[in-house]
Parts: sequence; C-alpha cells; structure tokens
Amino acid sequence: MTKAPTLPRVLPGFGLSLGFTLTYLSLVVLIPLAAVFIRASSLSLAAFWDAVTAPRVLASYQLSFGMALLAAAINTVFGLLLAWSLVRYRFPGKKLVDALVDLPFALPTAVAGIALTALYAGNGWLGQYLEPLGIKVAFGPLGVLVALVFIGLPFVVRTVQPVLEDLETELEEAATSLGAHRWQTFRHVILPVLQPALMTGFALAFARAVGEYGSVIFIAGNIPMVSEITPLMIISKLEQYDYAGATAIASVMLVASFLLLLAINGLQAWQARRNGRSE
Amino acid sequence: MAAITANLYAQHDRAALLESRQATREARWVKYTILGTALTFFAIFLLLPLAVVFAEALAKGWHTYLDALVEPDALSAVKLTLLAAVISVPLNLVFGVAAAWAITRFDFRGKQLLITLIDLPFSVSPVVAGLIYVLVFSSHGWIGPWLLEHDIKVIFAVPGIVLATVFVTVPFVARELIPLLQAQGREEEEAAVVLGARGWQVFWHVTLPNVRWALLYGVILSNARAMGEFGAVSVVSGHIRGETNTLPLHVEILYNEYQFAAAFAVASLLALLALVTLAVKSWIEWRAAQAHD
Repeated sequence: MTKAPTLPRVLPGFGLSLGFTLTYLSLVVLIPLAAVFIRASSLSLAAFWDAVTAPRVLASYQLSFGMALLAAAINTVFGLLLAWSLVRYRFPGKKLVDALVDLPFALPTAVAGIALTALYAGNGWLGQYLEPLGIKVAFGPLGVLVALVFIGLPFVVRTVQPVLEDLETELEEAATSLGAHRWQTFRHVILPVLQPALMTGFALAFARAVGEYGSVIFIAGNIPMVSEITPLMIISKLEQYDYAGATAIASVMLVASFLLLLAINGLQAWQARRNGRSE
Repeated sequence: MAAITANLYAQHDRAALLESRQATREARWVKYTILGTALTFFAIFLLLPLAVVFAEALAKGWHTYLDALVEPDALSAVKLTLLAAVISVPLNLVFGVAAAWAITRFDFRGKQLLITLIDLPFSVSPVVAGLIYVLVFSSHGWIGPWLLEHDIKVIFAVPGIVLATVFVTVPFVARELIPLLQAQGREEEEAAVVLGARGWQVFWHVTLPNVRWALLYGVILSNARAMGEFGAVSVVSGHIRGETNTLPLHVEILYNEYQFAAAFAVASLLALLALVTLAVKSWIEWRAAQAHD
C-alpha cells in the first residue's frame, strides 16, 4: 500500500464513522468468532485431535472439500460458457437469462434444497429418467454435488462477465490479422486475460460451497461416512450437546475459511493489477 | 459493483457489434454449440428448480396452497421473518454507510484488513455463524449464566434469530458502497465543506444522492438474505413451532413431516420474494445505466 501524504483532514466524521464501524464489527462479528477459538483452546490437544479426526468427521471433510472442488470446476467451465454467451451473442430472452443467473443468490437455500430434491428424487422430473440409467442423484454424494453447482454458478458468471465486457477487441483483431485461428486467438489471447477472473470465480464458488448447509442437507440423504457434509457434523454434535466437539470442528472450518479469504483477496489484487495493465 | 453493472448495461449492445465482425466471431456451429450448452445448463440448473417449486406448491390445488399459507404457524413464521429483516437491514445499512465513509474518505493504517474483516461473514459457514452465538449466549456460554439469572433468553428465542440474521447480512451494504465511493473520490464533498456545508449536510446533499442506487441495491440484497437465511438461524432457533420459526425453518419442518404441498407452498412465497428481488435489482441496474449515460 502506498503511504498517503498527511494532509489536514477536510471532511468531518472520521472518529464517529470509524469508531462506530469498529465497535459494531467487534460486537457482532469479531468477539463471537473469537469465542470459537477460545472455546477450542480450552480443549486438551488429545480431545481436540480426537474430535476433528474422528472417522465420520474425516469422511465429511473429504465429501465437503471434494464436492466443493468438483462443483467449482464445473461452474468454472459452464460459467465461462454462460458469461461468453451473455456478452458475445444475441438471443431471445437474453435479459431474462442475465437476471436469473443471480437466482442462487436470491433464493433461500432451504427452498433450493427441497426444489433440487424434488427434481432429482426417483419420481422427480429429472430423477425418473436418471435412476433407470443407474444414476442416483438424490440422497447421495451426487446430490451434494448438484446442490453445490447450483449455489456456486453466479460467482463465476459475475466475475468473468465484466472482464469479458471490457476486453479490447483490437487484440483479437490483431491476432486474426496475424493469421491466428479463432481457437488459437481464444487460447492465447482471450484466455490469459480471463484467467485471474476465472480463478477468482472458482475460489469464490469453492469457498461458498465448503460451508454451504441449507441447499445440501435435503438432497444429501445424510448417510454417515457417505453423504454427510462437515457443517452437518457440527449440527449433530450440537444436538448431542457436545459443544466442545462442535467447536473443534468449527475451528477447523473457520481456519479453512480464513485461508480461502486470503487466497481470494490475493487473486482479486492480482486481477486488479492485470486489468490495470491491459488498459 | 454498481459502477461495474452500469458499465455492463451500457455495453449490452456490443454483442451485436461483436457478432458482426469477422475477427470476433466464431464459426456458426461453434457459436450454436456454446450457446446451446450454456442455455441447457442454465435451464437444468436454474430454471427447473424454480419451476418445480411452483409446480409442487400447486400439485394439490389452490385450496391446499392457500390453507398452507394462512395457517397460524405459517403466519407467525411470516411475522418473525419480517421482524428479523426489519431489525437487521437498517442496522447493517447504518453500519455499511459508516464503514464506507470511514474507509473511502480517510486514510488510516489497517484499512485493507478492515475491508477483509467486513467480508468475513460471507466466508464463514452459516452453521458456524449460528454456533458462535450459541457459544456466547447459551446456558453453557460466556454470558449464559448471567442471562439466566436475569431471565433473558437469547438462544432458542427471538433475539438469537435476529442476531444470527444480523451477522450474515453485515457485508451487503458496505461492499456495494465502498467501491462506488472509492471511484467517485472526495472532491465533491471537500468542495462542499470548503463552501461552508456542515458534516450532515455534506452527507445528505452530496454523498447520498450519488450513491442512492448502490444503497438500494445493498438493501434489497441484504433483505433477501435476511428473510431467506437458513443455516445460521436453524442453529440458534430450537425450532419451536409458532415461536421461533422463520419461513425457511417452517419450510423445513413441513418438508420433514412429509407435508410436501404445504412445504412448497410456503417455499413458493420465498421464491416469489427472490424473483421480486431480482426484478428490483435489474431495475436498479437499468436506472443506474440511465444515470450513467
């Protein structure tokens, strides 16, 4: 960060606005979050380790992180195609599609959860065709994947779309006039510019998917060792009044969230630098 | 964000231009493959889930549908949902404005860290968001014993639901305002001060008119999240019917009792809320684009 020159402050309200911001943030967010770590640190190391490495919990990490990665990858591919279509092509209903891309942001997760379950259950609109093929989506790990794809899609589309909009077409024209095929132009001219945005979208979708609860629990079936996500493990510990166990698992998830947040900030800074340079 | 979206809308007609140029055009079959794949994906993952909500809600006819909406437990869930939104949205509106003012109008150390901390509630799992309040306020929690002595219930009661809702909606307004205020710079406000305007006058007459669309944008997004939050609220609620049930929790209870038509009827209310939110959002983007041109 560049050091700002120390000029006399002209605008009023510094103490009030910053004081209020810090107080509010501490009371609502920071102090309660600190409770997790303080509570977790009161556990003995062995108890903490047992809680966070119990076989059921380990299976839940594998499912949550694995499916979140896979869902983010699927969203990166299809989100790019969707963003490309919205920016580059004309088609009927385009404005409607553009508006509805944000549906997963606006639709309550519980509603998404029961809707996806109804779609993919054995008698559902899609399930009735998939189950005879041996593809069981609802009440299993695949259901988790479908729910995570649903909630992650807008992140990729909305990070890639503005970058595509701002893309200088002169570069593509130059590539074409130099004899590049369309695919070569895409691969060597367009894709490198999109890369930071694609990675940011991927990371945002992944971060959201790891902690997602509402849309997943209805469709997952929640079978121990098979389709239990990590947030559900916290809930089930709480339901048994095992506060220590819940806190231990929560602290693992929180550390993962912090690391992801740092990675996303880094990616966004990279993206800002990239965009700054190309202008 | 608002600035970006305004820009985005102004450029909407660029698609026509890009399609007409040799250098920015794909072969026909490539174009239709991309478009076909993207729209099929869109239809399967976004349109079908939306459609199935309304189809299932009306599967047993209008009578069942309306009955599910007017029964007392549903009405009390509506009330609690509205209460949580009415408290959390204005609180976070004030917070967002104060935070954006401090961050974009002054230079101080640790600004970047503060911006990251404001975003924190977005990256914390909703379940963890609920858990942290349980750790502070429940009878085993930090101030639980004190609350018990004074007969104040926070967890498994309405205050806990409001707190959890406040937590998950903290960043919305701030994150819309910060980039916009940053882009607009301080000159207009500084000029107003030099011309003799007082603090609040500067805010009401110079800053606010410039950011009103972004402000509204943040408000409707945080409202949608406040009314639809499930995970965090579920942890602190205790699921007491008619007392600590919000609409999403009511949907869950009905669904788990195999009252599917009723569950989807209540869910359709929330889906309508989502559609209204998206419509208002598109309208704001359109207005912002108009103001931009």
